[in-house]
Amino acid sequence: MKLLGFIIVCLTGTFLLYGTSDLPDWGDPNSPASLHLSNHYIEKAVAETEVPNLVTAVLADYRGFDTMFETAVVFTAGLACFLLLRDFKPKEDRYYRHVPTGVVLHFKDKARQLRVGTEFEAVDKDWVPSDMVIKTVCRILIPFIQIYALYVVAHGDFSPGGGFQGGVIFGSSFILLAISYNLKTLMKRVSEKFLGIFSAVGVLIYVGIGAIAMVMGGNFLDYSTLAPLLPVNPGHIRALGMLGVEIGVGIAVMAVMAIIYINIVSQGRHDEGL
Amino acid sequence: MTEIISLVVAKYNYWLYIVLMMIGLYAMIAKNNLIKKLVGMNIFQTAIILFYVSIGYKTGATIPIIKNAHGSHGAEAAVIHAAEYINPLPHVLMLTAIVVSVATFGVAMALCVRIYQRYQTLEEDELRMRLSEK
Repeated sequence: MKLLGFIIVCLTGTFLLYGTSDLPDWGDPNSPASLHLSNHYIEKAVAETEVPNLVTAVLADYRGFDTMFETAVVFTAGLACFLLLRDFKPKEDRYYRHVPTGVVLHFKDKARQLRVGTEFEAVDKDWVPSDMVIKTVCRILIPFIQIYALYVVAHGDFSPGGGFQGGVIFGSSFILLAISYNLKTLMKRVSEKFLGIFSAVGVLIYVGIGAIAMVMGGNFLDYSTLAPLLPVNPGHIRALGMLGVEIGVGIAVMAVMAIIYINIVSQGRHDEGL
Repeated sequence: MTEIISLVVAKYNYWLYIVLMMIGLYAMIAKNNLIKKLVGMNIFQTAIILFYVSIGYKTGATIPIIKNAHGSHGAEAAVIHAAEYINPLPHVLMLTAIVVSVATFGVAMALCVRIYQRYQTLEEDELRMRLSEK
């Protein structure tokens, strides 16, 4: 099997290498990809949308329909992770630490519950909490990561950034919290319900903006028809529509990243894990 | 000799991506462990992303963010030449492809977790053995 695979790979690689002779040279300004549509995007996008970042302009306006379904794909991935892994059965073995004395209690009976509060705290069996240095550094760092993520979303029209990137950065701050402390700390702050609702709300914001444009008498996702709703310069309305859409994308991506991480590391139990 | 050098300079990026792509393809075909197959798939995707981004590159051009356009209102801005900015379209396509690849990778990992929970292994031959036992 390995030899056969190697032969197949070598053959495919040879054919592809042979095929590169027909591809344009690297950095050729006259390559076919740069001749037709992209020139229109580069030369007209600022006049049409007032968004200097062409990537955002093409992503959220010219190809807005495509991006909407990309967001739906991300949402579906979060949903699939939830449906595949989520396990609502409580675990057989549970451990609690009595905070004043440090004694750890081991519960084997599923029916017996212990109120977690100031006196007792739930302890993970396998997962050892991180060192104090790691915890302190991450505690200081996480708010800045989140501020940066918000900046990347909000400033996506003018500088490199946008909803996808900002959402991923925001989601990674949740993951950093779960790694540096433990999963329970994260789940205490962002509940499963919060994440589930926000992943749907993100897609809904995107579709909603498109639907509002339709209600206002334009095409789906035609932001220019939103002008009567907002007291701004009508020329700038497309940039604002893109910003709204990017916020929706950012919320959805942020929630889905956290859902995927939490479900995979805890095998769907949401109690302990990496 | 100079012809060969100019050929190498013009095309070496494609050759690198093809090598990378074939590493990923080989991992997907020949590796026994499902996680290693997933890593191969990710390498494959990375090669394609690099390929697309390199197609959009133009010599001497800068990133596709229009200079001095912030605050000005379209008509006042200076004339924009397409040759000064690289092609934004591949960047857009790959931007979404990266996020979607992360999402699909998450689903694949979830499937692997389920497989491990049920069969206690991720090795393909052992999995086939367990399946034929039933």
